Order: sequence, then C-alpha cells, then structure tokens
Amino acid sequence: MKLEIIPWIILFLPMLAAAGITLFTLKSRDQSARLSIGAIVLGFVLSVFFIAVNGWGPLKMESVASWLEVGPLQVDFGLRLDPLSLLMLLIVTGVGGAIHIYSYGYMHDDPGAPRYFAGLSLFTFSMLGIVLANNFLQMFIFWELVGLSSYLLIGFWFERPSAADASKKAFLTNRLGDFGFLLGILLIWDTFGALNFSAIQVELIRNPQALGALATVVGLLVFCGAMGKSAQFPLHVWLPDAMEGPTPVSALIHAATMVAAGVYMLCRVFFLLDASGSNALEVIAWIGGITALLAALIAVQQNDIKRILAYSTLSQLGYMVLAVGVASPTPAMYHLTTHAFFKALLFLGAGSVIHALHHEQDIWKMGALKNKMPVTFWTFLLATLALCGVPPLSGFFSKDEIIAAALNPEHGSVWLFLLTVGVALLTTFYMARLVLVAFFGSAKSHEAGHAHESPKVMTVPLLALALPSAAGGFLGIAHLYGKQLGQAHADYHVLAMAVSVGAVIFSFAFAWGLYWNAERDPLPEKIGALARAMRDRFYFDELYEATVIKLQEIAAAMADWFDQWIIAGLAVRGIHGTTELFGRALRLVQTGNLQTYAFLFVLSVALLLFFVL
Amino acid sequence: MLPWTIYSSFVGVVMLMLLPREQARAARVVALFTALIGLVCALAGALQVQAGSSVAELCRLEWIPSLGIDYHLAADGISLTLVVLTGIAAVAGILFSWNIEHRAKEFFAFYLALIGGVYGVFLSFDLFLLFVFYELAIIPKYFLIAIWGSTRKEYGAMKLALYSFVGSAMVLIGLIAAYVVAGAKTMNLVELASYPFPASFQYWAFPLVFVGFAILAGLWPFHTWAPTGHVAAPTAASMLLAGVVMKLGAYGALRVAMTLFPLGLKAWQIPFGFLAVTGIVYGAMVALVQSDFKFVIGYSSVSHMGFVLLGLMTINEVGLSGAVLQMFSHGVIAGLLFGVVGRMVYDRTHTRELAALQRMNLSQAIPYAAVTFLVASVASMGLPGFSGFVAELQVLIGAWHAFPTFGILAGVGILVGVAYMLRTLQKSFFADRAPGGQQHGHSLESISVAERVGAALLMGTSLVIGLYPRLLLDLIVPSFHSPLFDGLRKGAGL
Repeated sequence: MKLEIIPWIILFLPMLAAAGITLFTLKSRDQSARLSIGAIVLGFVLSVFFIAVNGWGPLKMESVASWLEVGPLQVDFGLRLDPLSLLMLLIVTGVGGAIHIYSYGYMHDDPGAPRYFAGLSLFTFSMLGIVLANNFLQMFIFWELVGLSSYLLIGFWFERPSAADASKKAFLTNRLGDFGFLLGILLIWDTFGALNFSAIQVELIRNPQALGALATVVGLLVFCGAMGKSAQFPLHVWLPDAMEGPTPVSALIHAATMVAAGVYMLCRVFFLLDASGSNALEVIAWIGGITALLAALIAVQQNDIKRILAYSTLSQLGYMVLAVGVASPTPAMYHLTTHAFFKALLFLGAGSVIHALHHEQDIWKMGALKNKMPVTFWTFLLATLALCGVPPLSGFFSKDEIIAAALNPEHGSVWLFLLTVGVALLTTFYMARLVLVAFFGSAKSHEAGHAHESPKVMTVPLLALALPSAAGGFLGIAHLYGKQLGQAHADYHVLAMAVSVGAVIFSFAFAWGLYWNAERDPLPEKIGALARAMRDRFYFDELYEATVIKLQEIAAAMADWFDQWIIAGLAVRGIHGTTELFGRALRLVQTGNLQTYAFLFVLSVALLLFFVL
Repeated sequence: MLPWTIYSSFVGVVMLMLLPREQARAARVVALFTALIGLVCALAGALQVQAGSSVAELCRLEWIPSLGIDYHLAADGISLTLVVLTGIAAVAGILFSWNIEHRAKEFFAFYLALIGGVYGVFLSFDLFLLFVFYELAIIPKYFLIAIWGSTRKEYGAMKLALYSFVGSAMVLIGLIAAYVVAGAKTMNLVELASYPFPASFQYWAFPLVFVGFAILAGLWPFHTWAPTGHVAAPTAASMLLAGVVMKLGAYGALRVAMTLFPLGLKAWQIPFGFLAVTGIVYGAMVALVQSDFKFVIGYSSVSHMGFVLLGLMTINEVGLSGAVLQMFSHGVIAGLLFGVVGRMVYDRTHTRELAALQRMNLSQAIPYAAVTFLVASVASMGLPGFSGFVAELQVLIGAWHAFPTFGILAGVGILVGVAYMLRTLQKSFFADRAPGGQQHGHSLESISVAERVGAALLMGTSLVIGLYPRLLLDLIVPSFHSPLFDGLRKGAGL
C-alpha cells in the first residue's frame, strides 16, 4: 500500500461512518457510536503512523482529480500536507476522538444518539476537509459543510425553540460571512486565474503587485469568512447561543475545532493577507482585539457555566485573530492548538458537572463540588490555570507569544499590547469567579448537594486532555509551525511573561476577595449599569433584532404586498378586467332578442346612410 | 434510441386510452412502465450519442416541403442533459402519484402526453416542430390542473394557460418574422442561427421571442402564473411544472431566442439580467413571508429559475453552462420539494398552512418525510454536495464577470434563500411540541414504498451530480462550441 493513500483514508473514514449510520444503524445506539468513534480513533492512529513514517516535511501530493472543468474554471480535488495541516489533523482527530468517546457516556440516555453520532462524524469529515484542502474552492465546500453539520448539531434538540432558533442564527450568520468569503474567492480567481494555494503563492512571489489596488479588499473579504466561522465582532452573536447544543458538541465544534477553522484559514492564506499594498492585517488585528475585550467583559457577568466558557472562547479566538493581524501566524496557531486542548477540557468538565447536576447550568446553583467530583475538579482547575496563563502550563507559553507579538514594532502597537493585557486580566477574573463559585463554598442547590462523579467513559477523556493541556508548552509545537509560517519574534518575551504572570496574580487576588464563599454576585451593586450591560451582552442581539432583522422583515412584507396587489392585482387583473369588460359589452349586444337586433340594424342603416349621403 | 423517448410516451398514452375505466392500478403500472422505458432510452441515448462539440443528427424527414419544414430530431449535450432530467422527473412524478384513484387512466394519459411533448421540444431542431411539441406539452397541463387540482384550481389552470398562450403567440410572431426576413425557406434551427439577421430586426425580435419563452421560465414580472399554478396543481403536475415545464421556457430562450438573435441579446443583456436578478431576490423575499407551505416552494422556484435566466444573460461559458446545470438541478430539487409538500404532507394532513403543520409534530409522525425535506432543503439552499451548489456557483462566477453588481445581488438572494428554507423547515417539521397540540403521530399513514423510491431517486440524482458535476458538465460545456453557437460567439462574444 502506498503511503499517499493514508490521508485520503483519514479524510473519508468519518464520512463513511456518517453515511453508514444514516443508512443502516439509526436504530442502534451502540453500533452507531462504535462506527463514529472507530472512524475518528482510527483516523488518529493513522495520522500518528503517517507522521511517524513520513515526517512533517511537505510531501508533494496535490491535485489528484479534476473536479470541475468549465473553460477557464478548473478546480481540482487534492490534499495538501505540510506541518500546518498535519498538526491540525492530529488536533482534530485527537481532541475530537476524546470528545467522541466522552459523548458515548454523555448521550447515553438520549434516544437521538445515533443521529447525534452521524452528525458528529459528518462534522469531523467536513473539518478534516478544511484542514486538508489544497485550494480555495475545496476549502469553501467543506467550509459550508462544517456550517451545515454545526447547524444540525446545535439544533439537535430541535423541539426546544431556543435550540432551533440558535441553530438558525448560527447558520445564517455563518452564511453571511461565507458570502464575503465567496466574493473574495471570486476576486482571487479573477486576478490569478487559479484557486490552488501554492499556485497563488508562487504567482504572488513572482509578481508581488498582482493584486494591485484590490489587495486590501481581497484580504478583508477572505477575512469575512473567518469572521463568521471564528465568530469575530460583529458576527460574534451566534456562538454563545450555539451553547444550546449538547455539551460535547460545544466542546468539539464551538471550542476546539470549527471556530478555530477561521484562524486556521487565515494562517493558510497568510501570504495573501500580507501581500504588498494590503492594509487588511491592521483591520484584522483590531477586530480581533475588540472581540477579545468585548467577550471577556461579557463573560464577567454571565451565570450559565457554558456561556461563560463560550464568551471565553470568543475572547481567545479574538486573541488568535489579533495575532494573525500583527503578522504573527505562528503564535496564532500555537495558541489555537493549546486552546483546543484546555478549552475542550473545560467544556467536557462543564459537561460532567451539568450531567451530575441533572442539566443545571447556573453556577449560582452549584458550589462545593470539589470533593464530590474530584477528577472533574482537578482537571477543570488545571485547564483553568492553563487558560489564565499560569506557568509552566501550555497556555502560558502560547499566550505569552501573542502578548509579545502585539508589542512588535513592525505591526503591533502599544494600544494593542495594552488590550491584550486587559484581556489577560479579565480572563483570570472570570475564570476564578467560575471556579470559586461552582466548586468551592457551600452547595447552593439540592442537586449540587447530591452530585456524584461522572462515569469512567467521561472522566478518562478528561484525563487524556489534561495531559497536553499541561505539557503543551514542551512539545515543540511552536517550532513546527514556525518551520512553515516563520518563527515568532524573539523580543519582548520577558516583558510579556512578567506582565501576564502579574495579571494572573493581581486578578486572582481580586476575584478571591469578591467571590470566596459568596452566595450571590456582589459586582452588580458595585458597578451598576456597566454590570447590567455586560450581563445583557452589550445589547448586540437587540440591536440586530431592531435593525437587520426588522429591515429584512419589512422588505419581505413589501415584496409580498407588491406581488399580490401590484403585479397580480393591478397588472394581471387590470388586463383581465379590461378584456372582461370588453367581453361583457359585446355580450350586451348578443341578447338574442329580435327587437334589439332589429333596432341595431335600423340604427346602423341610419348611421351608414347619414355618413354616405 | 433517443427518439423513442417521444414515441414510447405517446404509445403509453394510446395504451392507457384502451384500458378499461376502473383499472386504476393497471393505469399506474402502464404509466410507470412507459416512463421507465423513457428514462432508459434517455440514459442510453446520453451514453450512446457522442455529441461532443457538434449536433448529433437523429432523424430528418421532409414534412411540409413547400415551406421548408422538416420532421427533424437532433441532440447536443444540452438536449441530452434535459432529456435525462425529463426521464427522471417523469418516473419520480408517477411514483409520487401512486395514490391517484380518481379517473386514473385519464390522469396518466395527460401526464404521458405532457412528457412526450417535453421530450419532443428538447430534441427538435426544426423550429416549427419545436413549436408544435411546445404546444403539445402545454395543453395537458391545463387539464391536469383543472381536473385533479386543489385550491382554486380553475383559476390557477386558466392563469397558467393564458400566460402560456400569450407567450406562445409572441414566440410564433417572432418565428414567422424570422422565417420571412431570412427568406431562406427553412425552419432548420442551425441554418437560421447562421443567418445574419439585420441588427434593427434583432432589437425587437429578440425580446419578443425571449420573453415569449421566458414567461414559462418564471421571468419577473411575468412570474405570477407560477406560484398559483403550482399551488393549484396536483402533486405530480406541480413536480412536472417546476421540474420540466419551466425548463421548456428557459431552453427555448437559450435555444431559439439567443442563438437566432445574438445582436439583440447583446443589446438586451443588461435589462434582462436585471429582471433575472430581480426575480432571484424578489422570489426569495416573497417566499420568506408565505404562510402556505406550497407557496413557499412556488416562490422559491421563481427565485431559483432566476439563476437560470441570469446565467443565460452572462453570455460566457461558465455562466451559460451553469444555467443549463441549474435547469437540471432545479428540476430535480424542486420536484423533490413539491413531492414532499404535495404527496407526503398535504395528502396526509389535508392542510398546507404552516401554522397548522407546526402543531402536528410531523418529524415524529412521518420521519422519512422529515429527513427527505431536510435533505431537499439543504440541496435547495445550495449547499455543497448537491447539484445546486455547483450550478449556482457557476452562475455567480459568470455573473461576476458580466455584471459584478448583479452577481452580488444574486448572492444576497442565496442568503435570503437560506433564511426562508430554514424558517420553513422549522415550521413544517421541526417545530416545538406545543403543549396541547394535536398528536397526529398515530393517525397519519406511513410513507409508502413508492414515495420512498421516488424521493431516493431524486435525492440520489442531486447528490451524484453535486459530488461529481463533470458527469453532466462534460456533456454541456462542449455543446457551446457547436456550429449552432457560432452566431452567439461572433455576435455576442461568447
């Protein structure tokens, strides 16, 4: 067997699992789970094997089949293998595998479990497709499929109106971003006559001015796609609502992988964003920064454990986007990787808590879970520390690189640096609040008092994820990405480290003072209106409701009115009416009454004579 | 092989006429058998006829020699694509009307006559013959709706018939004028297409013939027959109406109006492109606020057919082949959507009001229908994996080249398309279980085998083409290099 075939197998295994479940095993929970888990775990094993044999070096393996050929439009279907995609392959199958296994426990009693696993496998397939794509259109295809599988999984409990609405919102917001992405792709194809990443890169090196005045526009349009998938301001509103899906879905899709796709894509086409004459990066950096700050502020006043984590995800994604924006794709990918570990772990930990508390998600109804759920607690704590950036855990290293990158004089600025520090402060604060309220203090509800540790099938994946969350800084990940994307700047590291460790200590002390043994949140009394605004997510949903959605409703109603009354009513009925009137007038003449006919006859003769004479 | 698609359909009509009146089941079997023969002939023909970049002659007999009219059948890749579509739609339509009991034999006779006419249009290369088949396809339409329809069926049928006849009259005037102006005593399509009609003649002849055909393709603002017609029609008829009859219009517009009058096309490109894109956005907008399930799908047809017309107006290879692919794709997907709404839902629940369906918990009661509709919606929204994605993408790319603004507007239409499909999906099948709502779970008859097979056929077709679009594109694309399109290349810069 040739080595080249392995990535293809890895890619298509989950699709086969999804198809198999849909066609054959919709009645059996266990068989469906086995197919789905088997596909992704086998994928992970094969990925490890492939890398062990082949190494990380780029294997020239692209364009194996022509998919579309219409005159000038030629699209191939091929895989691209380099450190960037191979590492992502490991993350998706590895973290994804742990979450698949965990799901078996979490979804054990749900009658829809086979459908759930089919969706999960479809998602894995789509995500792997994005990772391995070697051209824009192929990436876009899987991009859309990821959106679809996310829609299906968020709306998994579709009988809940909130879940159905959330899935709709996610899908639509994503499609909005994708529309921009597609326009960007069209522009790129127009300019280069090619869609293949390496072909475009070669062309750009040959002729750096190829994009001319359009460079910024192209960069920003492509970024629109990332804005949708990675939920960047102002398209961030869908991600928190997406927490309506089952918790493992939130862990896999809305923390570790799908939302990271935007960042991955930006790094994949970084050469395009960085093209000469383009100012796209500056915008990207600020959008990332604003998202990071905004989300961190909102997270401070959320009470739903999953929503806190969701806003935290938003905020961390903002960090990564910011890193791309300051021309540092390596730190962005590095943070993406470590974040995938510890954020997946946090979500699974939250899931474990929610499971134990019979679907209670309010942290103010938890408390004192530390001793009742030791595995969950310790892994959760570890992930929290990693997220906050406590040395020597994985998050410390990756976050530090981003903060340092924000300072680099070429692309960064002092303002961006201060932004990243502010976000670091807030991150420690809201995570400390979460841990202190949910795991310490007294049990604040009946369920919390009677909680038990989750079964092994759920705790083992927690432990498996804890390992890389802790040791992720020592695996040479940054070096691997650096080989492809260029090493990070070496300056300012000491300053960045000092600042970020300082932020952790300061913020934690502050949170300790407020939330140690707190029965309810003391913050709203202290800062009043600001706390309310944070709790209400700065009114973005309301704003969109009042503007975009209203506008669209009015436009649709107007179109409908126009169709009924103007086109069908006036125009069609008008013509119809005229014809009918004419017909009626003629019918009056056809009375069948002899006297009328005689009268008309005489009248005509009289008129005729009158004119003739 | 290919001409037998036409003949077998009419043989089927005759056989049905001979059947005794009460034999509904026999009528169904005969109809299905006939449609299957048609499909096999179409597929075999598509494999056998290597049209490539030429027009493959099938049959040519003198018919009215004094006027230069022939019985002339031929095919290129575009014909083949649409003939295969007709075969698939015909079989699926019969499977979805397996429950017809009322005057079954007449129903299927009209149905097959319609199909025969449609095959004829797609294979005619003599304009007079094409026109005859075109009329032959429209007449059974009227009876199918007027006799077996529902909701304001006479109104819907009459509206459809009037629009069709106005369109036909326009086409006829244009054709006669072209015949007289060319003065070559021929109705042969290829010969007429190579005749350089004076520009001043083309400027008025093109819009006349184009609109005449495009009325049937749902060109805005002449689209209003479509939603009412679809709603009034029985399931199989609305499947055919959206599936193939609307394609007759688009096909005629491309095959006749555009090839004969390239200069006129060039002059009218922007105005008609504008009408097409208006149809896309407008149809989607109106679909967004419909309360009747079938009206949503009806207006979505207007929107999706707008992509066909927009693709035609791009006058470039990517856009034109996208338009033809979209004809195929929409034929399959719209057929599926109407099948679900009409047969799977309406025949069981006897209501199409979304507000009423919302309370019926249909995803539990008829899960197969729910899954089918989910798949059909995904396909209709133009997601990759299904044929609509490639087709609409090609049209977008083509439009982007020809008129970027319209390209962007068409993209907005796709966005609204997602919105109305998601809304409908949620309201029809996946609504919340309202407390105290009707539990229809036990009373609804489960989805029959015929429906399952029909749905699987359509879903499978869209999926196969979506996964490997070259299956059709390799037929379609070379067609634009045939002599028939020489004029279009020279005159309109294809």
